[in-house]
Amino acid sequence: MSRTDTRAGRVAQTRPAPGRTRRPWWTTRRRDQLTGYLFVAPQLLGSAVFVILPLILVVWYSLHEWNVLAGTFDYVGADNYTALADDPNLGPVLRSTGVFSVGLVVGNLALALLLAVLLNQKLRGTILFRTLFFSPVVVSLVAWTIVWGFLLQDNGGINGLLDTLGVDGPNWLRGEGTAMVSVIVVQVFKNVGLNMVLFLAALQGVPAELYEAAEVDGAGRLRQFWRITVPLISPTILLTSIITVVGSLQVFAQIAVLTQGGPGTSTTVLVYYLYQQAFQFHHFGYGATLSIVLFAIVLALTVLQWQMRRRWVFHES
Amino acid sequence: MRAGKALRGVAVALAGALALTACGGGGEAADSGPAKLRMTVWSANEAHLKLFNEIADEYRKNHPDVAEIKFDPLPFDTYTTTLTTQIAGGNAPDLAWIFENSAPDFVASGALLPVDETLKKAEGYQYDDLSPATLRLWQDGGKLYAYPFSTSPFGVFVNTDLVKKAGQKTPAELIAAGQWTWDNALATAAATAGKSGKAGLVIRDFDYKGWDNLSTFWTGWGAQAWSEDGKSCGFGSPEMVDAMTTLHKAIFTGKALPGPGTTADFFAGDAAMTITQISRASLLKEGGFGWDLVPLPAGPKGDYAVVGQAGLGVLKNSPHAKQAADFLAFLTNPTNSAKLAQFFPPPRQAQLTAETLAKTNPKLKPEQLQKVVIDGITNGVVKPNHAGQAELSQQVRAGLDPLWQPNADVKAVLDGVCAKIQPLLAK
Repeated sequence: MSRTDTRAGRVAQTRPAPGRTRRPWWTTRRRDQLTGYLFVAPQLLGSAVFVILPLILVVWYSLHEWNVLAGTFDYVGADNYTALADDPNLGPVLRSTGVFSVGLVVGNLALALLLAVLLNQKLRGTILFRTLFFSPVVVSLVAWTIVWGFLLQDNGGINGLLDTLGVDGPNWLRGEGTAMVSVIVVQVFKNVGLNMVLFLAALQGVPAELYEAAEVDGAGRLRQFWRITVPLISPTILLTSIITVVGSLQVFAQIAVLTQGGPGTSTTVLVYYLYQQAFQFHHFGYGATLSIVLFAIVLALTVLQWQMRRRWVFHES
Repeated sequence: MRAGKALRGVAVALAGALALTACGGGGEAADSGPAKLRMTVWSANEAHLKLFNEIADEYRKNHPDVAEIKFDPLPFDTYTTTLTTQIAGGNAPDLAWIFENSAPDFVASGALLPVDETLKKAEGYQYDDLSPATLRLWQDGGKLYAYPFSTSPFGVFVNTDLVKKAGQKTPAELIAAGQWTWDNALATAAATAGKSGKAGLVIRDFDYKGWDNLSTFWTGWGAQAWSEDGKSCGFGSPEMVDAMTTLHKAIFTGKALPGPGTTADFFAGDAAMTITQISRASLLKEGGFGWDLVPLPAGPKGDYAVVGQAGLGVLKNSPHAKQAADFLAFLTNPTNSAKLAQFFPPPRQAQLTAETLAKTNPKLKPEQLQKVVIDGITNGVVKPNHAGQAELSQQVRAGLDPLWQPNADVKAVLDGVCAKIQPLLAK
């Protein structure tokens, strides 16, 4: 049926000819539509209450100076946004955030891919290792971080281990360089299992005959990896990279438990800084402004990654 | 048309947001029916809570308008942050324990209800018995905004078993010989740590972050974090440089204190000495180890004492502010104050005697109470406190971090601290 015919048919349905009975309003189609809306209603309601409304509130708060103790809530317009430019801490905080994100994303994705490739082999014990590497994902984040805090102490487990090898380990959480590395490593090990499982699933979807054909053509393992494996799992790489980048910008508990942003401000990332401003220093308006900055960064990076997919993500279609 | 609809949507959302803001921002109306009071406290210690609950139960017997009094322990490390977050979220307690470091913010902001009239009117309260020195931090414009619930001097708890085993003179012996100085205290701590393999001296709650606890050390050198009027930084002063140089050497050369990133719990028997307040005596286990409590060692400027203070205030926005203030008057009347004195040294002059305190402090001897508690309250200086202390505290913590390295340039680091905080002090 052509488009015109369809439209004509609809007109015919909505305007019954004189003398013919009007179709009932409550049709099967409407019932199905209502059922569909009812199914998605809880999700829409949840999004409205817990995502959209808080987002609007944060924008609203960012235009105010809110003194919690005094109970005042004064409109200050764009003052909090102009204050960003005068904040001497913002530059170092953004730099720390960038260092953490790059370290986490590169470390996590590289290690997850390496583990997935290794555990994709048909060897004995791979199920045990998959479970072992995935188990930190289901462990409480704070408990995991506290345990690592003990391990990373000057007289903790890591340095004890290094000591047995004759190496004098640094005071991990107290050095400006080592503190950031420590926080990154703790976070990499916490969530590497999740990306590993996603990569494993993707690797198992790569047709074996492609490798056989490549072998016949004389391609080595490394060449097969770069020419076959990486392109075919690139949609998963895109997914994991978006998830990991967003997650890396939201790190908080690890910083709060392990370093409290120190030494100095070397591990003060944006989320921790906005927590300090809002909840410790009681600058709720400025804290809200910083969260808008964080939102803008996450949005920009996600859009950038999504746009970049055209250049490197392989789709068979 | 579409733009109009979108604008209407935003307007509705903003109206909702405003409504929620109004709910969360305070201004709660008084509700009807028996009141349920909640008081936030820093301690989850069973003995502390048991005593609080006993007093609350007694109060409720004669006050049917109060259905429940709940004591809500918040973690010590994040106490003030959690409290202010509760206030911001519209979940403010009716009464709150407030530390000395946030007293200027709470008192000056108008968040608290003035309580002096209620206390004065309470039957048998004896308001004039409250030591004026203990009230100072909690007053503004002639009104009292919080009751100085605990004025607790810092002392040195000593594991005498460890010290004797290391062949060192105990602090009591050093006191008797007139040699209880920081030089000797640090030497004893270093020697005990070296021989026992455990820690020497632990400044409790410092952990290379809670720097205001170091005032128990640097006050002996006559140093201050900032001037009396709060306008000038004191970290770069010669007294502070001397004090911190001594401390730095004690940590990194003498090993008298556990280094950064190393934890040791005195009350678990892991250290020779700890500087803390007598309210922590409840952590001492029966039959754990031999111990003593002595005053802080003398510094180059002689004997001194440092006190930590906590106030109990009624939140002005509490829907049951009247009942909360009335309960505060009962909780701190002479009878209950005497009971609470076993943990929290009271501001009541009549009760600040070794004999009175000894009745409720079975773990401490009268001479310990006299030297550490009574003399400490009489002569002590309060830990650093300033308006906007949270931000100042963070800046000082970050500024002092480079000091906790073996080769730190003490003077340069301390000057750096002043450069960071002077603009905040000048505000």
